[in-house]
Amino acid sequence: MQTALQFGPVLIHLDRLLVGVSQTIQLTVLSILFGTIIGTLGAIGRSFGPRWVSWPIAAYVELIRNTPLLIQLYFVFFSLPMFGLKLSSGSAAILALSIHLGAYATEILRAGVESVPVGQIEAAKSLGLSSYRIIRHVVLVPAVRAVYPSLSAQFILQLMGTSIVGAIAAEELTAMANNLVMESFRSFEVYIVIAVIYFVLVQAASLIFAGLGRLLFRWRA
Amino acid sequence: MSLRDFGPNELIFLLMATRWTILLALIGFAGGGVIGLVIAALRVAPLPALRWLAGGYIQFFMGTPILIQLFMAYYGSSLLGFRPDPWVSAALTFSLNGGAFFGEIFRGSIEAVPKGQWEAATALGFRFLPTLRLVILPQAVKLMLPPTVGFMVQIVKTTSVASLIGLTELARAATQVNTVTFQPVLVFGTVSVIYFMLCWPLSLYAGYLERKVGQGLRVRTKQPLLLAG
Repeated sequence: MQTALQFGPVLIHLDRLLVGVSQTIQLTVLSILFGTIIGTLGAIGRSFGPRWVSWPIAAYVELIRNTPLLIQLYFVFFSLPMFGLKLSSGSAAILALSIHLGAYATEILRAGVESVPVGQIEAAKSLGLSSYRIIRHVVLVPAVRAVYPSLSAQFILQLMGTSIVGAIAAEELTAMANNLVMESFRSFEVYIVIAVIYFVLVQAASLIFAGLGRLLFRWRA
Repeated sequence: MSLRDFGPNELIFLLMATRWTILLALIGFAGGGVIGLVIAALRVAPLPALRWLAGGYIQFFMGTPILIQLFMAYYGSSLLGFRPDPWVSAALTFSLNGGAFFGEIFRGSIEAVPKGQWEAATALGFRFLPTLRLVILPQAVKLMLPPTVGFMVQIVKTTSVASLIGLTELARAATQVNTVTFQPVLVFGTVSVIYFMLCWPLSLYAGYLERKVGQGLRVRTKQPLLLAG
C-alpha cells in the first residue's frame, strides 16, 4: 500500500538523529547558562539598581517578551555582520537564544527577588554582611528557590524553542530531520520520530529539573 | 549590493503581510478557545478515561515543539491524500495547540471555584454538564480572563513559526524584503516594532486584569503558560 507508514528508512539514520539530539542539548544547555547569567544580573539591576540601570533593563524585558523568537534570531544573524561582527549560525543561535531567555529569566527572578522580605535584608545589613554576601546568600538563594518551578518550566520551553534555529541554518534535531526528509522522502514518519524524541527529551528534562530542585533546596523554608 | 532600498513600498508590503499574522492569530484564538473548552470539560469529567484522554492530548501538544506539530500537519495531510496547504495546516495546528494551552488555563480556573459549588449543584439535582455550564463556568470566567489575554500574546508571536512551512505572514515577508534590500537592521527592526505594537497592548491589558483579579482567587496551572516563539 502506498500510504503505509515506513519507519525503516528513518530509523537506519538513528546515529544522525542522535547527533541532532546532542546538538539540541548543547544549544539548550549553553543558552540556559548564558540566559540565567543575564537574568540574574538583570533581576538584581532591576530591583536594586538606580533608575538609569533599571529602566533599560525593563525596556529590554518588554521588547524581548513582546516580539517573536524567530525575529530575534533573524535580527542577530543578519544584522551583526553589518556591524562587522561575523558569527557562525551556531553562535548566532546561541546568542539570540540567550538574549531571549535572559529577558524571561530576568522577569521570573525579579518576582523571586521581590518575594524576599525587606526585613530579611535589613537583618543581614545589621549583622554587618557585605552587599555581595547579602545579594548572594540572603536574596538570590531564597529568590531562586521561590521561583524554581517557573524557571525550570521556562528552561523546558527553551529546549523546545531551539527547534526553530534551523531557520538561520544552525544545526540541531529539527534541522537534521529536514535533511532526512529530503533524502528519504518519508516526511511524516521522520516528524513522528522527531516528535517522540522531543517528547522524551522534555519529560527527561522535567524529571532532571525536579530532581535537581529537590537536591538544591533540601532545607525547610 | 542590493536590488532595491527599504522604502514606503516595502513598509506597505510588510503591513499588508501583518493582516495574515492577525488572521492566523484570530483563527488560533477562536479554534483554540473552542477546543480548550472541550479539553477542560474532559479534564474535570467524572469518567477517569476521559480525564486521561484529555491529559494525553495536553501532554503531546505541550511536550513537543509547535514547529514539529506544524510539519506533521503539513506532511501528514499529503499522506492522507490531500494537497499540503500551509494555511490549512497552520490553522489546524494553531487551533489544536491552542486548545491544549487554553484547556489548562480553563481547567485551572474551573478548579479554583470552591468544591462546595459542585456539591451544592449535585444536591440540587444538576448533572455534570449543566453544573459546569450554569454554575461553575460563570464563576470561573473572571479567573480565566487574565491568562487568556496573556496567551493571546503567545499566539501572535508563535504565528511567526508558520513562516517555516511557507505561509506568507509577517515573518516570511520580512525575510523576503531582507533578501532584496539587504538592510536587515531596518527590516527586522521595523518588523519587531510591528509585532511589539500587536503584543504590547495585550500584555499590558493582561497585566492589568491580573492585578485586578490578583487580590482574590489565583489560577493554578501545572506549568506557567508561556510559549517560546
